[in-house]
Amino acid sequence: MLPAVEPWVVLSFSAAIFFVGLFGLLVRRNLIIILMSIELMLNAVNLTYVTFSHQLSSMAGQMSVFFIITVAAAESAVGLGLVIALYRTLKTVDTDEITLLKD
Amino acid sequence: MSAVNPIAFYIFAGVALAFSVMTVLRKNPVSSAFSLVLVFFSFAGIYAILGAHLIATLQVLVYAGAIMVLFVFVVMLLNSDSPSSDLRRTPALFRVAAALVCLALFVLFVRVFKNSPSMVPAGAFTAEAVDAAGGNTRVISELMFSEYVLPFELTSVLLLAGIVGAVALAKRHTVSGKSESKKGAVHVAGR
Repeated sequence: MLPAVEPWVVLSFSAAIFFVGLFGLLVRRNLIIILMSIELMLNAVNLTYVTFSHQLSSMAGQMSVFFIITVAAAESAVGLGLVIALYRTLKTVDTDEITLLKD
Repeated sequence: MSAVNPIAFYIFAGVALAFSVMTVLRKNPVSSAFSLVLVFFSFAGIYAILGAHLIATLQVLVYAGAIMVLFVFVVMLLNSDSPSSDLRRTPALFRVAAALVCLALFVLFVRVFKNSPSMVPAGAFTAEAVDAAGGNTRVISELMFSEYVLPFELTSVLLLAGIVGAVALAKRHTVSGKSESKKGAVHVAGR
């Protein structure tokens, strides 16, 4: 029989997802995958909010998640617009080859 | 957290963890994107387990629906669905260092979460109170249009700015020749 789910288990799980996202952000060079890693990190933060909202019997956490989801949608729309604009200029989405300010 | 079903939670958590690792490590951006969809669905399940029904719905609608469609469209549009070896190009030392740092920070967070005192005063919105008031969605909606009405309205301004910014960025700029830019100027003036 599995042990009961304590709040710290859920919080640790969301921390795990956050650091998987951070790892992807650090080691990947593909801009689209980097944006996906950022989405993972945002989701982990949302889960932390919902867990605390559940634990504290407060609705403030869930309201924050609502606004974070909205901001994340706008962020990914603008981010992917930037990726498309970059691809049109440089024909690549690789961060190693985006050196417009270097040369 | 007595109401949380452990079996369901551990299944969703395991799926989310496995597929988030796949999202980060897969070579093909398309399989990364579809792993991310499964992560988002698992998160929706966990939100539902925790009693946040409206957030679970929004997670499926906005993340697994809208944002993932955007990602898949961009992957297809850029024709970058061929495997990329960008992970291999990162120096091995840097990869190991990043993994170690992330792992160390994760262990630190787990220790903090495990040892933090849980003697917090309970708020007014217990599961029973929310059910008596008409459910999670109703409670959040009423809060949204009373206490949080200013952030809610500001969100609409943010979304408008996001739409304008995305369109302005993704629009095709053809300023290669003089005649073309003139044509563009006339076109803009004509609108």
